[in-house]
Amino acid sequence: MTTLCIVGGSLAGLSTARALRNQGYDGRLVLVGEEHHRPYDRPPLSKAFLAGKLDVADLSLECEDEDLGLDWRLGVRAIGLDSTSRAVLLDSGESVHADGLVIATGSTARTLAAGHGLDGLHVLRTLDDALSLRDDLTGRPSLVVVGGGFIGSEIASTARALGLEVTLVSGGREPLRAQLGSFASVVSDLHADHGVRVISDAMVNGFTGAGRVDGVVLDDGRRLQADRVVLGIGAVPNTDFLLGSDVEVDDGVVCGMNGSTSVPGVVAVGDCAAWFDPVVGHYSRVEHWTGARERAAIAATTLLSGGTAPLPRLRAPYFWSDLYDVRLQFAGHPELADSVTLESGSIDDRSFLAVYRREGVAVAALAMNHTKPFTAIRRTLVSGHEAATRSMQGASA
Amino acid sequence: MIAVCTLSELPPGEAHRLDVNPPITVFHTEEGEIYAIDDTCTHQDASLADGWLEGCEVECPLHASRFNLRTGRVDAPPAKLPVRTHEVHVIEDTIYVQVSEATPNLPPGAMAGQLGGES
Repeated sequence: MTTLCIVGGSLAGLSTARALRNQGYDGRLVLVGEEHHRPYDRPPLSKAFLAGKLDVADLSLECEDEDLGLDWRLGVRAIGLDSTSRAVLLDSGESVHADGLVIATGSTARTLAAGHGLDGLHVLRTLDDALSLRDDLTGRPSLVVVGGGFIGSEIASTARALGLEVTLVSGGREPLRAQLGSFASVVSDLHADHGVRVISDAMVNGFTGAGRVDGVVLDDGRRLQADRVVLGIGAVPNTDFLLGSDVEVDDGVVCGMNGSTSVPGVVAVGDCAAWFDPVVGHYSRVEHWTGARERAAIAATTLLSGGTAPLPRLRAPYFWSDLYDVRLQFAGHPELADSVTLESGSIDDRSFLAVYRREGVAVAALAMNHTKPFTAIRRTLVSGHEAATRSMQGASA
Repeated sequence: MIAVCTLSELPPGEAHRLDVNPPITVFHTEEGEIYAIDDTCTHQDASLADGWLEGCEVECPLHASRFNLRTGRVDAPPAKLPVRTHEVHVIEDTIYVQVSEATPNLPPGAMAGQLGGES
């Protein structure tokens, strides 16, 4: 192979470039990125960066003396793929012919058609989104955050610390219910303690305001006054450019356990990729930072070996969040569990470790301000998943 | 030099955090080596004493950057800068640390906070 092309200039793309070089690939390596920025770290965008504690330079993912010998194409978008000749068509009119391709295009924040064109209405996905939102939160405007996931709760927490009056609208019974189960009530209590008003079981019907948003209309007819609105309602994988190619796409690029796609010589990694997860037995997009970083090395190996390399053990999925003064960590597959126990600490103190088990073996763990015991249990989760997979296969046999 | 603890108080696989400014952690590896490095991850305010000790490396408990205990070097993002290493001496069953005079690479948040103080 003399030319490889990575489409996507964020964590997954950069990590794959690093892995390809580490694994000995010394040919031409083209990296296409839709954003103008060099690779940067996204998790702080809703936290320390939004709070003004970090600046743009702090977010850089590259080391100062790092030279991966990349042929950078930033600010250009992939708009098509000829899977027979493995050529990526760019919106600059150029096309990049490569012997191997890495699809790492990430995802785009979901929006609501009703709000298109209104000033003061934001999403938060990119650095430009974060810069625009950060600017727009000066002067302490009232803020409505729409979304029951982590982005929504993180933005509410950060904005509250900046002194804004914040309302959080959640589609479910309470924020983070889908992610944390019954432990979501701890986060609801945190929001209440810090004076964030939470409105649950609510859907957004539309917005009010002429030119600039001044309110959010809920499906029960209620109107919430808002100087600014942020939507944190999920993200859709950036796979449109693959339409008409032979690369199979469902909710994300469909990939095997090693990142291989339906087209030889093409791998996919990061938020845009749905790898087969043998633990749960289906394809799923793992939209977490650590997934993008750890899987990049596997995708690189797959590309360089033509898919013949043995599979390494994948670590359990892991994510973290910082809400107010609470550090939250979650790892594993809670859907496998038949029991959850509070292992140490106290929920009232917001300092605890909860362990999810299946037939007595740990399969997932949740911690708040309990980092050390969490790390200890996290190390055991992979073998827990292997045991769980065996037990499920045994049950269905 | 700072007296840390006795050898028997730090079994292999364990870490001991010293509350100096900035904090320092002493690791006893499974292989029996003892190392001291700055406790704070250079990426974000996290204690490496809470991390995942494997061989001669410790992985940050939050974002999984790995630091070499011998050299302080980091091998994986998001951290980009090394941690300081400190000389360790064991004298009559007691572990001592000679604090490095190099400038610590503290994370941006910690610089403005309590860690960057009077040291």
